Order: sequence, then structure tokens, then C-alpha cells
Amino acid sequence: MDTKLEIAKSEPIWNTNNKVISIITGLIILLFVLPVFGMNSFYLHLFIMIFMHAVMAQSWNVIAGFSGQISLGHGAFFGIGAYATSFFYMEYGITPWVSIFFGMFVSAIFAVLIGIPMLRLSGHYFAIATLLIGISFQVVFQRWDLVGAASGLWVTMTPEDSWSALQFHRSKVPYYYVFLIFFLITFFLVWLLSRSKLGYRLRAVRDDPQAALSLCINVSNYKIIAYVISAMIMAPMGSLFAQYILIIDPDRVFNIEISIIVLLITVLGGIGNVWGPIIGAAILVPISEYSRIYLGGTGGAVDLIFYGLILMIICIFRPNGLISFIPKDILERKKQR
Amino acid sequence: MTSEIIIQAIVTGLMMGLIYALIAAGLSLIFGLMEIVNFAHGEHLMLSMFSSFWLWSLFGLDPLFSIPITILLLAFCGVITHYFLIRYILKAKMLIQICATFGLSIFIRSIAQLLWTPDFRNVDKPLLEGRIEIGSVFIGQPQLYASLVCLIAFFGLYWFVTKTETGLALQATAQDRHAAEILGIPSNKMFAIGWAIGLGCVGVAGGMMANYFFIFTDVGINFALFAFVAVALGGFGSIIGCLYAGIIIGLVESLGGLLIDPSFKLLYVFAIYLLVVIYKPQGLFGRY
Repeated sequence: MDTKLEIAKSEPIWNTNNKVISIITGLIILLFVLPVFGMNSFYLHLFIMIFMHAVMAQSWNVIAGFSGQISLGHGAFFGIGAYATSFFYMEYGITPWVSIFFGMFVSAIFAVLIGIPMLRLSGHYFAIATLLIGISFQVVFQRWDLVGAASGLWVTMTPEDSWSALQFHRSKVPYYYVFLIFFLITFFLVWLLSRSKLGYRLRAVRDDPQAALSLCINVSNYKIIAYVISAMIMAPMGSLFAQYILIIDPDRVFNIEISIIVLLITVLGGIGNVWGPIIGAAILVPISEYSRIYLGGTGGAVDLIFYGLILMIICIFRPNGLISFIPKDILERKKQR
Repeated sequence: MTSEIIIQAIVTGLMMGLIYALIAAGLSLIFGLMEIVNFAHGEHLMLSMFSSFWLWSLFGLDPLFSIPITILLLAFCGVITHYFLIRYILKAKMLIQICATFGLSIFIRSIAQLLWTPDFRNVDKPLLEGRIEIGSVFIGQPQLYASLVCLIAFFGLYWFVTKTETGLALQATAQDRHAAEILGIPSNKMFAIGWAIGLGCVGVAGGMMANYFFIFTDVGINFALFAFVAVALGGFGSIIGCLYAGIIIGLVESLGGLLIDPSFKLLYVFAIYLLVVIYKPQGLFGRY
């Protein structure tokens, strides 16, 4: 018993596959130097959206992929983050760097408040309840005068580019780096989570709640923890998005489309897998942006048609997502024994 | 706040509730059969309302007479849904099932938006118009007849499921798919029939509502939400539970709107949902 423990402890936490490590390091360096080569602002925007959606999808992945609870109203936390940051910045002049944490804090509180009654539910009950929650938030914010009701908040613009106010009017490059850093941090943390004790317990809760319970894992507590983590990943993206587009309204940040797209990206990439959301976002966001360019203005939601179609096709043919095309031995850490 | 207004709200809520009940019954039937929640239920309702609308605007057929066509169209739609989507995900994880029907809902809604634009439409001068006055309570005629038709259709459904041979076969499949197959009941066919009937119910509700409700591509979302709540409230799989649950929701909606604030209707219904699923997770009449 002890020797096995020794072996397990001596195993490096990093993937021992050198090829994968060097590919990932190379990609990260590439992402950092890309703007230096002078991308035009459309490609910068495209990359910013990919980073943002990857993180949002990762947030959904934590609750749905790791702990197995399907939330259909995850846009609520995005909106809370956006509103908290913009509101504190506009009313009290608190720099977004601080109010991002307000957003995370408020989201976490809401996640606990929502989670305690609702995560006792499971399966369809939880999915329906979250669908209702997502729409309830939109309804409340549309009528809440303090935060501008239906017209939303127009973030006060600074005359100059400013790091303290997180506003850059001349170029998108600073935004690119901000989103990139958040993206990398989030994925690193979620990657750590996925291989920590907590991560394994969450998966145990997902795969067999009864068995998990018999191993003294408090199922509903762990579901709430996953929900809170998920909300805290989602909220900063809302905050940054608000600083990026500088105008938020309930129809935009609480839109059900946000809840749809995080689900779609994760299912497309591979649900329950840390790398799934990156793959999903890297494929889906360009499709969405390009279809908006070439088919936009027709008044129809053409990109949504694709989303629905892709979602159904993936569910029928590849329930494990596109990541299941990649051979397993590349993704998983090699066994030492 | 006189008693007349409250009676008026109760009558309105009751009439709305009967419609919710029929929509929910379709959902509940499908869930009871194969444990799949049809997240595209609202979109099917939208399709049925549009079918009524187009039959009226292209062929001049009054919504009252086009109901049989609408029912057939929706039943056909249900069979298609089963054969092209549901058949493949019967054995999949619940997560995949939810995602698939959710994808279907996005697909139908956005196709409708592309084809018919998100404009609001309504049927001009249908046969059912005007209102009845009883004392000081006003009852809209189309609303009244819609709720009556829904009630009749509901009991028709109940009779079908509990008394006819096909209905009993449906119940057998719902209880134990494999045992039913051993007895010579083809489960795949039963599922298709279940989808046809479930969406046929939606066809009745949508066809009657086309008489007085605005018809637009997002119309289904609220109705579907209330139907989900009704199904959870009545107990997943219980058909008669849907009737009570639908009426409760209708009453909560209209009385809450009257007594507190009409813009937060959804929240009252949501509160009821939470209370019920937390304290009585199997629903009021559920078998689970």
C-alpha cells in the first residue's frame, strides 16, 4: 500500500509526454507574439472572442462536464459579472481591476443562493430550473431602474487609453493581452482542478452519485462547490466583455444565446474534457463571426441555425465531442509503471 | 380592488391554465414514454400557431376549421422528430438527450426567424370574436372556446391513454420497454405514436390560440417554460397531474399579476416550481 502511494507521489504532476508540452508552450508563445506581427483589428477581435468564449465554455464545462449538472441559464453569471463591474465603475469610480472581483464575489454568492435549494434537484429538474433562472434574471434587470432598466448601462468613457479604467480606444492589442492572460490562467486553474482530489470527487458525483455517497462524498456540497467555481469563472468574462464593448443591456448580457453558445462549444469540443472548450471555441467562434459578416443583415439568425444543426449532429454521431478524434494516449499522462 | 376584479383574474387564469395543461400533457406523455424532455416543445407550439396562421392567410381558412390540418401537420412533425433525432439518442446519456432537443429548439426557432422574420402577426377577424358578459365579468369568446377545446382534448387524450388498446400499449411501453417488446409491442412504433400524439396536443392548443394570440417566432418560449413547470409540478409522466398543475400555474400567474406586479409573472411561477420540486420532488401526482 505504502509503496503504491510512494510511486503515485513520485509521479510528476506535468504530462511526461515532452511532445505535448513543447507543442503547448509553442502555441502559447505564438499567441503572445501574434499581435506584434500587426494583425488587423478584425483578427484581433476574432481572437479575443475565441479566448472569451473558451473561458465561458470552460465555466460551463466545470458544472456540466465535471459534476454532471446541466445548467441552461449560465448566461446569468455572465450578466452579473458585467453589471457588477460596470455599475461599481460608473457609480463609485472603482477601477475594473478591483470590481472584477466584486463581480466574481456577487456571482459566487448568487451561485450559493441558487445552488443550495436547486442542486438538491438533479437531471431534468435542475436543467429546467436553470432555464427559468436565466430568464428571470433578464426579466428582473429589464425592470430594475438602478441599473438602467431596459436601456442598460453606458460605461463612462475615459478620454485617453487607460490601464486603470481598462479602456483602450485606439487599438485592440491591450484587450487581446488581457483576454489572453485571463484565458491562460483559467485554463491552468481548471487543468489543476481536473486532476486534483476535488476534480476526481466531482467526476465521482457525476458518474455515480450513490457510489460517491457511500464513499463519504457529500454529493450536494460538491455540486454547490462546482457551481460556485463555475460562476466565478463566468463572471470575469462578463466584466471584461463590458469593458470591451462599453455598453451593456439586459438583452445583450443576459441573452439566452450566451447560455446556448457555452453549451454548444463545450459539447462540440468534448464535454468533461479540459481541452474541449478550446477546440469548440476555435471552431465555432470563427463560424459565427464569418457567418455574421457574409450572411448578416438578412434579418435571420443564420448562425443560430448552424448552431442548432451542429448540436444535433454532434449529439447523434459524436456524443463525446470532436476531441474524441484525437487518440487517447496523447491526451493522457503516461503511466509510470 | 373589488371582488369582481379578483373573479375576473380567476376566470382568466383558469382559461389560460387549461391551455397550459394540454401543452404540458403532450410533454408529459413523451417524457413518460422514453424519459426524454422535449426542450423544443415551445417551438412546436410556435409551428402549430404559424400553421394556423398560414392556412388562414394563404387559403382563407379560419383557424377553427384548420385545426385538423394543424394537428396532422404537428403529428407528422413529431414522427419526423422521432425518426431523425430521438431514435438515435434513446440510449445516450441524459446530458446528450437534453443537448439534442435543445439543439432542435434552436434550429426550429432560427429557421422560422429566417423564413418568416420575427414580426408579430395575428389572424384578422376570426369566426370566434367578441366577448361574453356575465355580471361584471368579461370573458373573451376565443379564450373561452380555446380553453374548452383544450379541456375536451385533454380528456380525449386521457381516455385514449387509459381506455384504448393503443393507449394501453403506450402505457406498457412507458412502464417497461423490454417487457412490452416481449409481449409483441414494438417500442419504436410506440415512441413514434407517442411523439405524434404529444405534438398533436400542441397542435390543438396552438390552433386554438391562433384565434387571439399574437403569432411570432419566440412565442413558444414562455409557454414551454410553463409547460415544463406544469410537468414537474404534476409529476413527470403523470397526465392527469398536468391538468391540476396547469390550472395552478394559470391561477398563480393571473392572481400574482393582479395582486403584486404583472411584469414579474414568470418569477411567481418559478417560485411555485422551486417550492414543489424541493419539498415534493416527485411532483403532486408523480409516480417517481
